[in-house]
Amino acid sequence: MSAEFDITETLDVKGASCPMPVVKAKSAIDDLAAGEVLEVLATDPGSMSDIDGWASGTEGIELVDQEEGDDVYTHYVRKTE
Amino acid sequence: MSTDTPDASADDAPSRAELAARVDELEDSLAEATSDDDGKKMSIISTKGTLDMAYPPLILASTAAAFGYEVTVFHTFWGLDILHEERSKNLKLSSVGNPNMPVPNVVAALPGMDRVTTKMMEKKIDDNDTATIEELLETSLDMGVEFQACQMTINLMDYDEDDFYDGVTTGVGAATALQDMADADIQLLV
Repeated sequence: MSAEFDITETLDVKGASCPMPVVKAKSAIDDLAAGEVLEVLATDPGSMSDIDGWASGTEGIELVDQEEGDDVYTHYVRKTE
Repeated sequence: MSTDTPDASADDAPSRAELAARVDELEDSLAEATSDDDGKKMSIISTKGTLDMAYPPLILASTAAAFGYEVTVFHTFWGLDILHEERSKNLKLSSVGNPNMPVPNVVAALPGMDRVTTKMMEKKIDDNDTATIEELLETSLDMGVEFQACQMTINLMDYDEDDFYDGVTTGVGAATALQDMADADIQLLV
């Protein structure tokens, strides 16, 4: 799946817990242009649900993919407008 | 309602062009009205100043700001301490009256116990990389959250308007909070 999009920016929030992964992702995605994809690396297991909820509840962004690794949860969020 | 398209038999019936113009006008005003109300709003009333109770309003405020909400947090009574630059760094956890604490109330009531339980909590916060109150507050301010300090309780607690973080709004009261709540999509009392 990851071959289908280019990652523009990577945000490392490993170690941070709620609400920081979402809050920092918001700041990071604000700096992107429409169509660009933000990769978020987190260790907070809650980020799987939280980034998903944030992406579906927020205008102008969409969740492209999520991957659950051994220790790291990777999220791909696209800015749509 | 008839599905017929009757002829404009009455003399004062508007012409097709007039109707089209009227529809355009209405569509414009509808678009304007809905776009004005486009932004979602959240209003939180924060009344508690213990370390544990300072977290929920700040976590929700910063998260809502990340969702694009316009957020107002109205702080009153002990909730003011969260906005107080000095006191916010020194919020305490009460060991008495909380049956979930690892010490029985009779021990918890001993002098200095609040300090002990607060230290325990602060260590947990640190070990867990949980954001500090100051961090959450600064982040929320950066994200455009409006923090309001209730004027009546500022006076009641003998605080000074300069005691609060830069960017905190003072000189507001219940009517301001009520208006914010009336306009908001989400209203919470913490």
